[in-house]
Amino acid sequence: MATVLKIENLHKSFKLGFLLKKKEILRGISLSVEQGEVFGYLGPNGAGKTTTIKCILGLIFPEKGNIEIFGHPHLSSKAKEKTGFLPENPYFYDHLTASEFLDYYSQLFLMKKEAKEEKIKSLLRLVDLEDSADLQLRKFSRGMLQRIGMAQALLNDPSLVFLDEPLGGLDPLGRKEIRDIITRLKDEGKTVFLSSHILQDIEMICNRVAIIVNGEIINQGALHDLISEKILFTEVILSGVNEKELKELGECLSGHGDRILLKVFKEENVEKVLQLAQSSKGKVHSLIPRTETLEDLFVGIVKQR
Amino acid sequence: MKIKAIAFNTFREAIRDRILYLLLFFAAVCIIFSRLLALLTVGDKVKIIKDVGLSSLSLFGALMAILIGTGLVFKEIDKKTIYTIISKPIHRYQFLLGKFFGLVLTLFIMLLLMSFIFLALVFFHTFTIEWEMLIAILFIFFELCLITSVALLFSCFSTPILSSIFSLAFYLIGHTAWGIETLIKKIPPGAGKTLARFLYHFLPDLENFNFKTEIVQHLDIPSEVYLYSILYGIFYTLFVLIIAVLIFRKRDFI
Repeated sequence: MATVLKIENLHKSFKLGFLLKKKEILRGISLSVEQGEVFGYLGPNGAGKTTTIKCILGLIFPEKGNIEIFGHPHLSSKAKEKTGFLPENPYFYDHLTASEFLDYYSQLFLMKKEAKEEKIKSLLRLVDLEDSADLQLRKFSRGMLQRIGMAQALLNDPSLVFLDEPLGGLDPLGRKEIRDIITRLKDEGKTVFLSSHILQDIEMICNRVAIIVNGEIINQGALHDLISEKILFTEVILSGVNEKELKELGECLSGHGDRILLKVFKEENVEKVLQLAQSSKGKVHSLIPRTETLEDLFVGIVKQR
Repeated sequence: MKIKAIAFNTFREAIRDRILYLLLFFAAVCIIFSRLLALLTVGDKVKIIKDVGLSSLSLFGALMAILIGTGLVFKEIDKKTIYTIISKPIHRYQFLLGKFFGLVLTLFIMLLLMSFIFLALVFFHTFTIEWEMLIAILFIFFELCLITSVALLFSCFSTPILSSIFSLAFYLIGHTAWGIETLIKKIPPGAGKTLARFLYHFLPDLENFNFKTEIVQHLDIPSEVYLYSILYGIFYTLFVLIIAVLIFRKRDFI
């Protein structure tokens, strides 16, 4: 697979406060994104995720390092013509209607009139805003703004799309809609660079991830390589069994009515729990083996730092 | 084409600004007030109306340029609308020039409206359309273009309040810089005189665009003077815009 985005040794610092004290935000970021993948860029707040994206898109200038998009320098028109960007908490010109807004942005790509009109219609359809085409953006809800933001990011039919916290602040329905659009982009063969701290969504959509903490990439690779598939423990919910007898087999976490949630760490004890339930004429409601999640990995890494 | 798109969007945004209409209202009040002033003054009433009217056009036009121009770029950065623009295949200078021409277009429309009120008032007194007034108005427009570029320059690195103060200072200095010329003649040679000479050449002289008195008094103005003022306006505006572009192209949008 071809490398779409290549970042080498990226450094950026800002001078903050009255005394212009230098604060290092990015400390030698290096990563590469391959064609057609959804790349998750993970990190706690203030880790440098947005700063990295801003450097890539030319909104801020790195002090050191090299960025290439499709083999072109990141600030070249050739690179910019192939990329789309949805910023975090997008805010757009609220006096414009949805279609006026897309029309304005399409002029920045020098699109021809007929192609432009067709593209705007199809994008409004894609983000399910056809009925709001003539509504001013000031009347848009958060979710609608996120979707029109997604539409403007796709105006030039980009091969690489940068999404900065696209799922932040959305309700479950809104998150699902944006997730569906990202999945559709992936199916169309587009490359998506997704910055987020909502781990469940990243786990659901991304092929590869990089974890950034304090301006440094701590870990990166394919999700299945990073997360161990070994069973960490098994969660068993059962009832009709004496809690005292269970304590020897695992950790009793909570009781709801006569139901007990038991965390069993040894695999051989799972069998014993089932036997105990059978002999006590109890009932096993659920039995879920838990493997390592992205959240476990992420929390572990952040705590180590 | 890209500059045009940004200019029209800037125009659409600026034309919705309430400050613009408030200033337009006060400009209209001042122009009409000149009629009352003419009644209270001894001398040619029409000349008073023309003088006060043209001064109102200049002052309120400048206030419009400053109050809207200083927020133009700052607002884009503050509201982060600039993020999605700059990430598109567009050069930063194109964005800045788009903003400049958008405001110039807005000011042109406002100046047209104010001029219409002014010329109508003059017409009611003279029963002729005094086309030569348009020359004075044209030079007011040149002055407004220069002030717009200055407001835009400050807007590239400062907050709207500070930028407004700086731009207003530029306007006031620009209309009093001729005093330095007198000062140069009066002070003895030395460091003071050198400093005064430097300031005289460095500071703007907005009186170059002021043909109000000459036109109201029907005085002859050599065409070289007009030419000098036009070139002065074009080159000074270009100079300020180049500085603005140089600052803007290196700016981080945090």
